[in-house]
Amino acid sequence: MSQTIATPPTVRLDSDVIGKPINRTDGPAKVSGAAKYAAEFGVTGPLWYGYIVNSPVAKGKITKIHADEVLAIPGVQQVFSHENVPSFAWFDRSYKDDVAPGGSPFRPLHEPEIMFSLQPVALVVADTFELARYAASVLRIEYEVEKHNTDLESVIDEAYDAPKGKTGFMPPPKPKGDMDKAYQEAPHKIAGEYIHHAQHQNPMEMFATTVDWLGDGKKMKIYDKTQGAPNVQQYLMKIFSLSSDEARVISKFTGGGFGSGLRPQYQVFLAVMAALELEHSVRVVMTRTQMFSFGHRPHTLQKLRIASDDLGHIQALEHKALAETSQFENATETVVNWTGILYNSPNTNFDYQLSKIDVFTPLDMRAPGAATGNFASESAIDELSYKAGKDPLDFRLLNYTYSDPTENKPFTSKRLDDCYHEGAARFGWDQRNPEPRSMRDEKGMLVGWGVAAGCWDASMQKAAAKAVLSADGHLTVSSATNDQGAGTYVIMTQMAAQTLGLPMQQVTFSLGDTNMPAAPVQGGSWTANSVGAAVKDACQEVGKKLLKLAQKMDDSPLAGVDFEDAQFVDGHIRANEDITRSVAIADILAASGEDKIEADGKAGPNPINQLKYSMHSHNAVFVEVKVDEDLGTIHVTRVVNAVAAGRIMNPKTARSQVLGGTVWGLSMAMMEETYLNNELGRYMNHNYAEYHIPVNADIHKIDVIFVEEEDDIASPIGVKGVGEIGMLGVTAAIANAVYHATGKRVRELPLTSDKLL
Amino acid sequence: MNSFTLTQATAADEAVRDLTSHDGAAYLGGGTNLVDLMKYNLERPTHLTSLGLLPLTDITSLPDGGLRLGALATNADTAWHPEVEKRYPLLSQTILAGATPQLRNAATNGGNLNQRTRCYYFYDLATPCNKREPGTGCSALTGPNRVCGVLGTSESCIATQPSDMCVALAALEAVVRVQGPDGERTIKFDDYHRLPGDHPEKDNTLKPGELVTAIDLPEEGYADHFTYLKLRDRSSYAFALVSVAVGLKMNGNTIEKARFALGGVAHKPWRDQEAEKMLEGQTASPDLFRQVAAKVFAEAKGYGEGSLHNSFKIELGKRAIVRALKQSTEMSQVVNPNVFLNSNP
Repeated sequence: MSQTIATPPTVRLDSDVIGKPINRTDGPAKVSGAAKYAAEFGVTGPLWYGYIVNSPVAKGKITKIHADEVLAIPGVQQVFSHENVPSFAWFDRSYKDDVAPGGSPFRPLHEPEIMFSLQPVALVVADTFELARYAASVLRIEYEVEKHNTDLESVIDEAYDAPKGKTGFMPPPKPKGDMDKAYQEAPHKIAGEYIHHAQHQNPMEMFATTVDWLGDGKKMKIYDKTQGAPNVQQYLMKIFSLSSDEARVISKFTGGGFGSGLRPQYQVFLAVMAALELEHSVRVVMTRTQMFSFGHRPHTLQKLRIASDDLGHIQALEHKALAETSQFENATETVVNWTGILYNSPNTNFDYQLSKIDVFTPLDMRAPGAATGNFASESAIDELSYKAGKDPLDFRLLNYTYSDPTENKPFTSKRLDDCYHEGAARFGWDQRNPEPRSMRDEKGMLVGWGVAAGCWDASMQKAAAKAVLSADGHLTVSSATNDQGAGTYVIMTQMAAQTLGLPMQQVTFSLGDTNMPAAPVQGGSWTANSVGAAVKDACQEVGKKLLKLAQKMDDSPLAGVDFEDAQFVDGHIRANEDITRSVAIADILAASGEDKIEADGKAGPNPINQLKYSMHSHNAVFVEVKVDEDLGTIHVTRVVNAVAAGRIMNPKTARSQVLGGTVWGLSMAMMEETYLNNELGRYMNHNYAEYHIPVNADIHKIDVIFVEEEDDIASPIGVKGVGEIGMLGVTAAIANAVYHATGKRVRELPLTSDKLL
Repeated sequence: MNSFTLTQATAADEAVRDLTSHDGAAYLGGGTNLVDLMKYNLERPTHLTSLGLLPLTDITSLPDGGLRLGALATNADTAWHPEVEKRYPLLSQTILAGATPQLRNAATNGGNLNQRTRCYYFYDLATPCNKREPGTGCSALTGPNRVCGVLGTSESCIATQPSDMCVALAALEAVVRVQGPDGERTIKFDDYHRLPGDHPEKDNTLKPGELVTAIDLPEEGYADHFTYLKLRDRSSYAFALVSVAVGLKMNGNTIEKARFALGGVAHKPWRDQEAEKMLEGQTASPDLFRQVAAKVFAEAKGYGEGSLHNSFKIELGKRAIVRALKQSTEMSQVVNPNVFLNSNP
């Protein structure tokens, strides 16, 4: 087995901006209200408003739409439904976006058939929002209702192996050894079933599209709420046969996404369709209820069996999952693989299946699949540690993997062990009494301490960027990426400033416009890595041009210096060997007579490294809970989240990401569940009052530790991304802490008080 | 939301006249519930009589030693009023356990009494709901009903009255003053809200056109022995799964007088006067509290098992009563009202 050797972080220079806790460059615009979101942009002419009507039934067929009654209302411009929506593209592939799963994508307003409750069935367009909303409320639609089924547990027998077809989906690892025999014979073993229900991403900003009809052929500026403008543009171009010039998609700010904006949502289809049909600017904004009408984290049933020998070494490991999907697409997540990456066992069995019910297709939600599998497996590992008589942390260290057992590849870097040690030290884990129900606070509340580990991909996608250095010395870098709150604006500015040795104030990074070089959707924790590398590449190309121009200057001190031997620091290009050989970039620009220097940059995964290595980020989470046993109330009073995710470009925004992830994991553990009424086939708590996520008073002390890794194999810029890893481990660590506090092992989320009564 | 006309009344009798002279009219107080319901298209008034200018915002002492809360005083102004904080800390803390500061700044006392249920089905026009549309059925009987009631329910409705404030007002035995087309009258708080029976569409006993003008608190405020225990799914901005408002008069360890009410379990703030009597003249003890709790829930009916269904509220409710009574008896002085209540340490 090869062992990765942790190397200390690189020494940084004072002039470096990467690695510094720099404030968000977009912060002032956000807090002052200057930042515009999709529903806030003005248009050139008058604007009409579309209001979406959704199906009250889960399955059936529309038999009649009384559009004429609504069209008679003065100010109502049109009622769109399957009765009058023109046919656009014919094939499924035209409706597939970059992250679509296998199957037939949903086509809004195409058919009278109803496939899920809250399905959009009509769009009412009127002069004002209020009028459109009113007209939508009186639109009579008749349905022929059919029997639906939204109960996953009733279709377990219809499960099928999850097919490939979605970008990034890894099928379950192949089995090893003889799982059943090893499990039977092992002295310590556990078996458990784990359940979580549907959860909705619920970003604060509603999905919205403003189409600015420019009155020049079919040219439109489409302001959309999305996690990837290029993905939306491609989708629209294919469906409506538009050129990239006609369908320019802009998304400057995104008020949270958490995966809900990975795929183009139906409001963008409806808004663009209406604009094209009416040749008019149109805005469509979803309601909070409608935010429950599309993707969600799928209801998933999991079974685990794990066994160890007397010493605590895992001998048998089985993880099976069954998730819901819609009738029309195979929503797949990587659920069970992570367990096999974190823990080695000579005998394994992994299984991941889907069953179809009458709901909309599930959609990636923060740490998709991993959050699901991680809760179950880290709960099970914890349970087995008690059976084996080991401290839960020691048990994890005992079964630590130094290479990826599922693919038999070394990790490019893995400092999870240091996360365990540093996290445990910060938390004070050595003060823990191992006995469940043994610890109480001064008020008599039961105290529990739990630990769990997490693992996520360090992945990279193809991305491009453009850098333009103007004569006044200002550098503008752009890429059609997204910032859903992650800090993309500031870290890309840092990357550009660092690469060309310019002060932050002299650099502007812009994003979210399909006129910019293409970038992938913001998801999978790959933006910092992928777009960051493209930004670096573009800036380096500008740097090369600058060096050439510098060398053309009379008596250039940089004559004969190769780009690799030059450094860009403090607004100067200097020779590495002798930093007194230096030319100011301002002088180069002045001498060149050019009004700007520009270059394109690109980045993408290294296929050879991908074949040779396993690339992951890791974390270790330590949690304290206090439980009022009489009333079943649980309070998470302390969390330490130690993260190893390569290089941290900005400890401030990265910490915010991990704080947010920790809160997300707590939310999944304690509160989140979309209540599905199987009789009605409908989610019922479709608002912020009844779909609970934490408030400030639920969140107490959270400590974030970054254990930095030097890793130039996983990424040319050493970055693994922190979007998902922060939430992993949290949910299970809470459940494990609750067990330690109470002696009760809760295997169904969320951990509401009734489950402890 | 439909179109509507709006009148700004300046006096209670004028408001009553304005409302009764329009078909399909409704009173508009702080609007924190009504406007939401209009946006959901659940309430479709064609005329609103706005009460914003009515001179009913004062909180004044009464000759009999009680306190009058103007119907249009905001929940925030009421909770932070020095007399309320001093003499009726139970009411103050109960108000502060509800909603959010923004909502409490806008919501009025009269409106609080008249807020409608938060039952999921009431809020969703696509589902059958007898309260919203009589005769269509009750989806909550068998569907997810975590938010619904277990006491005083009927086969036509198991919705709960969602207010926190009203739970304290019930325990305090407040009196509601109303003005209608036939003049003024008072309604005992216990008689203000009603059980669903066969007419769940009626939340209260107001007659057509009647307007709440004030809420009178009797002299006794139980300032030395009280508790509002609110159990909910998160620490703020969540309706009670179960809540208990307790006011006790103690002499040493003996309970001289006991009043308590429950929220989150019924179509009205739930009082059980027999259970209150069980406490009076008795020495406070966990056993006694458990007997009282058992009595309150003796006829409770749960609607399904598991987290989405509400049978757990019977056990949780009993435990909440025991805890709330214990807290009330043990407290030696008024706790700091700025500190959130005991359920969420």
